[in-house]
Amino acid sequence: MWSDLPLFPDRASSVAGDVDALFFALIGMSLFFATLIFFLIFFFSIRYRRRPGRGHADHVHNSIALEVLWTGIPVCITITLFVFGAMVFMRLRQPPPDALSIYVVGKQWMWKVQHPSGRREIDELHVPVGRPVKLVMASQDVIHDVFIPAFRIKQDVVPGRYTALWFEATKKGEYHLFCSQYCGTQHSGMIGKVIAMEPRDFEAWLAGSTEESPVKAGEKLFSRFDCTSCHAADARQRGPKLDGAYGHPVRLQTGQTVTFDDNYIRESILNPMAQITEGYRPIMPTFQGQLSEEQIMELIAYIKSLTP
Amino acid sequence: MSHHHHDPLDHEHYLNVSYGVKSWLLTRDHKRIALLYLISITLFFFLGGLFAVLIRLELLTPKGDFVQAETYNKLFTMHGLIMIFFFLIPSIPAVLGNFLIPLMIGARDLAFPRLNLLSWYIFIIGGIFTLTAVVTGGVDTGWTFYTPYSSTYSNSAVVLTALGVFITGFSSILTGINFIVTTHKMRAPGMTWFRLPLFVWAHYATSIIFVLGTPVLAISIVLVGLERIFGIGIFDPRLGGDPLLFQHLFWFYSHPAVYIMILPAMGVMSEVITCFARKKIFGYNAVAFSSLAIAILGFLVWGHHMFVSGQSEFEGLIFSALSFMVAIPSAVKVFNWTATLYKGSISFHAPMLYALGFIGLFTVGGLTGLFLATLAVDVHVHDTYFIIAHFHYIMVGGAVMAYFAGIHYWWPKITGRMYPETWARLAAVIVFVGFNLTFFPQFILGYLGMPRRYYAYPDEFQVLNVLSTAGASILGVGYLIPLIYLLWSLRYGRVAGTNPWNATGLEWQTPSPPSTENFEAPPRVEGEAYEYEEVKVA
Repeated sequence: MWSDLPLFPDRASSVAGDVDALFFALIGMSLFFATLIFFLIFFFSIRYRRRPGRGHADHVHNSIALEVLWTGIPVCITITLFVFGAMVFMRLRQPPPDALSIYVVGKQWMWKVQHPSGRREIDELHVPVGRPVKLVMASQDVIHDVFIPAFRIKQDVVPGRYTALWFEATKKGEYHLFCSQYCGTQHSGMIGKVIAMEPRDFEAWLAGSTEESPVKAGEKLFSRFDCTSCHAADARQRGPKLDGAYGHPVRLQTGQTVTFDDNYIRESILNPMAQITEGYRPIMPTFQGQLSEEQIMELIAYIKSLTP
Repeated sequence: MSHHHHDPLDHEHYLNVSYGVKSWLLTRDHKRIALLYLISITLFFFLGGLFAVLIRLELLTPKGDFVQAETYNKLFTMHGLIMIFFFLIPSIPAVLGNFLIPLMIGARDLAFPRLNLLSWYIFIIGGIFTLTAVVTGGVDTGWTFYTPYSSTYSNSAVVLTALGVFITGFSSILTGINFIVTTHKMRAPGMTWFRLPLFVWAHYATSIIFVLGTPVLAISIVLVGLERIFGIGIFDPRLGGDPLLFQHLFWFYSHPAVYIMILPAMGVMSEVITCFARKKIFGYNAVAFSSLAIAILGFLVWGHHMFVSGQSEFEGLIFSALSFMVAIPSAVKVFNWTATLYKGSISFHAPMLYALGFIGLFTVGGLTGLFLATLAVDVHVHDTYFIIAHFHYIMVGGAVMAYFAGIHYWWPKITGRMYPETWARLAAVIVFVGFNLTFFPQFILGYLGMPRRYYAYPDEFQVLNVLSTAGASILGVGYLIPLIYLLWSLRYGRVAGTNPWNATGLEWQTPSPPSTENFEAPPRVEGEAYEYEEVKVA
């Protein structure tokens, strides 16, 4: 029957060990303090129980030293926990630059995944073992959340912006992929599988599809929606040049500087008046409602590809 | 009570001074208003409990087979809404605080008796709106009303429910104002700030949160309503809004709301532990100021609900550090209560059993809170059953245990009669065992990765869920027993007398039940609180 009662989750990512180490440190600390408090309560309750000859409490004077001690010890412990928790957190939030980007769109109630090669899947996510993978995620409706317990990672998928999540799988296998932000009636049905494969098998799996790559699809959309008329390098340049722009700073009309990244491109397509590049007139129409989240991601993939 | 000449409680008191529905519904006596609240929130508690039973029954098996998914979502939403807004938030302040603050500080009533009655009516009107929403189809947004699901996508009675919560909020604000003014202006001669019972300090701190926090909740709810009804873009990105804005506004109130629930509980603890250990509280100032520290720091930690929401890493770091800070005054209190037992003369009546249970469960709840403040660990356990377990340890293991401690401790004062001690001790033990069996397995479920608000779940989580459901049935029994024997005691309980616990507070120096005026003559306070070492035990 114990096989039916797992007590600890799979550990299958490069950060999982560190998260578990913190977790065990916290358990150790908790056990120490809980045992101390429980012991004192039991000990005092027995030793000083009311009984003949003990109808009265003894006077005990307040002790500043004790108050300082039991304020000081928690202060030191919490500072330590904060520092280590923050260090691991910063690591699991900052994807390595060479991570493989996979696009994920959440919608009520499914996960749609597209690989850079073009291969698409639903409610499944194939990834190679031993290589950092970055998920670039968008929601088409409400807030969802990608949660992979075996990797100890989680990130909300928020409509109106991209959020990202990265991991490096360390062990071949199939793992749960849960939506962990309540998203409506079939929330608990919005689950899938992460399939971590040996890199060779992963390449073979990717090759098993002839779907168009997001860059190609984005290029087509780019001309279909006539973006070329303003943004192509050889046009009369009514809009900012996109070649070589990705990842670089953009100076806005307001004097602010922002980074030309996925969220900036997305906002500029859907809400062009929000962040106008210095030196250009606000003439770009909005494409709100005309593009699906997947199409926006394809456009971004294409625009990104213009920067070598 | 109509034959009150046969009543052994034959002095005139607040219960027998007048009869009839009108004398209750138009009363300005804080003690009667406290009883109006007691009856209302007891109904809400058992309704919220019924929803919990249905939730646990569904989770007995991995498949969704007991109710529909939509029904399940409404059940956990209504369970949360009712337990938080209609039971936990008003529980100790509106019942025990209302009844006891004037008695404890030697006052005739609260500063604004009419406002106090109005608070109750507002509470009931808010409750009726919310109950109407339940009856007319329910609401499925979760008690957190996250946008844009609540403002655009949900097809349930969001507006009606939100209106109920909005209205009820004003009841909290008015109660808070009433307590603050009462504490400042109505203290008896000699009752200086540092002679106040810590129960009053705790309610003072709570009232600050009521007054400063609740309006922000009201604003957020109004904004959700505006977006839902008129399509004004505030939170839904398709309308140009920002969904995270809602979370910031919501948690700005709803995190301090946790302290609204736990601070009064801590107040009860300080009264009960001192009385049954026959000891002065260890470190009065530390306990009093830690209440204020919790109330103030509590306003600065809301972002720890949003570590994985898409807020920046920088915000994550700041909120993590601040969340650790709020743990410190809580730890200080636990140490002080434990130290109060040292060299006491400890007896184990039901209120003390609940109070000792509180220390244990609150310690577990507080320590697991440190797991959640630790950024990297929170990423994994956020929105899983670990969170469910953690906050139930605080809110049920903490706040509800303390509420039961308080109800038993002051029952003789409120009703003039004792509850049956054996039954009460038995119930306290059953509640403690049932509670742990219900919620401890959920810590493990959470670390394994079971997300919260799941109607169906993978098979490997079943054994722990079965344990939890078994615990919940024990817990249910533990809560029903006091309902029965407390009602029984109203008629058959032993007559309590003025001060059955030989306790030191002013509330114990006036007959049980007290007269409408509370004291025959305004009391004069000569010493500090909890001078138990000076009281002879009969």
